[in-house]
Amino acid sequence: MLSKRIIPCLDVKDGRTVKGVNFIDLKDAGDPVELAWQYAQQGADELVFLDITATHERRKTMIEMVKSVARQLNIPFTIGGGITTVQDADALLNAGADKISINSAAVKNPELIEELARNFGVQFVVVAVDTKLVEGRNMVHLNGGRLITELETENWIRKAESLGAGEILLTSMDHDGTKQGFDCGLLNTITQMINIPVIASGGAGKVEHFIEVFEKTGVDAALAASVFHFGEIPIPDLKQKLKYHNIPVRL
Amino acid sequence: MIGIVNYGAGNIFSLTSALERQHLPFGMVNTEADLDKYTHIIIPGVGHAGAAMKKLQDTGLVEPIKALKKPVLGICVGMQLLTAHSEEGDATMMNIFPLQTRLFNKDQGIKIPHMGWNNIDHKNNSLFEGVENLTQFYFVHSYFIEYNPTFDIATANYGMPFSAAIHKDNFYGVQFHPEKSGIAGEHLLKNFSNLKQ
Repeated sequence: MLSKRIIPCLDVKDGRTVKGVNFIDLKDAGDPVELAWQYAQQGADELVFLDITATHERRKTMIEMVKSVARQLNIPFTIGGGITTVQDADALLNAGADKISINSAAVKNPELIEELARNFGVQFVVVAVDTKLVEGRNMVHLNGGRLITELETENWIRKAESLGAGEILLTSMDHDGTKQGFDCGLLNTITQMINIPVIASGGAGKVEHFIEVFEKTGVDAALAASVFHFGEIPIPDLKQKLKYHNIPVRL
Repeated sequence: MIGIVNYGAGNIFSLTSALERQHLPFGMVNTEADLDKYTHIIIPGVGHAGAAMKKLQDTGLVEPIKALKKPVLGICVGMQLLTAHSEEGDATMMNIFPLQTRLFNKDQGIKIPHMGWNNIDHKNNSLFEGVENLTQFYFVHSYFIEYNPTFDIATANYGMPFSAAIHKDNFYGVQFHPEKSGIAGEHLLKNFSNLKQ
């Protein structure tokens, strides 16, 4: 049976992981390779690295980081942030990334999804969508929720699927950072609407939230950052509890 | 030493990294003459199976590979190349295994691609020596190889049973990615390198 995936998300700036990380035994919490390896040891099924570097040097630094991670890591990982062209994606693929995640670049240029899928296969293309409820409608947002677009979330996701997205990473900006649980209503609507895997993101605060999102919606994976980084939810405990609730996981 | 068929179908950095972690020496196969340099051959591959077959044909390596008597392992699309035909691009493949590579049927209520960790039920082939049955491996694919009891050495289930691994004489294929499948995947690569000629 296909397992539900647990995915820690790491923010990367200038080739270093940022945000506080609270692991015992971790010599250098800013070293993406060591952190990734630790997560793999804990039983993470996959990792997402989000590049938040703003400088022009970003591309070169990122490629070096991806190579270092690929050398050490024996589970799949996705790279997101600042990918706007087929060339960007090609360099990341050759450096060992399993998937790339595109967000605003896809909104601004939907053909990019099609181009990437044609060049590398749909399995390589994750479309990340940040959504926020505005006057009763789910609207796609950019820039971490600060900039609203004219796209309704459901329509945009349907379009992304038809253009060749292999997976959707859906972050509810209303839930993100609240630790009050995932947006199960919207996630359920989306998973019933499309036929590609969906990663739930935004709102994880405790183990029950993961159980809830897998029991109440058809999502394939759940992503979180701080609850894993600060050791609030150890991945082995989380997986044991999911298993206890008959949710298929990899132990 | 392992030779990796270098025909330009997808990235091989993850594969070479996994081999390095296992301290398994490797080199690249670009020409027919290179095949003689190695004891074991791996055919990697991601992306479009029809396009991959075309690239392999362009290297002139199809017939020399078919004539090999040393262990050969196809991974993912590299495995699909060993079959007779793929629905992806309606392409004629190498026909080492008289099997079909088919598209998953979404009418079965499954999502495509099949992406993530799935259990395999293996039949104690040497390739899986020391790998506990029902261990999960990492899959990511939209096309699959039909289950056939003659060649199947590991079965996975996604909407229906399909072959996660196949074997015939010196030829092996795995649909999952051993280089991304944690410790079990690394173990499988090691087992392959230990297969006798």
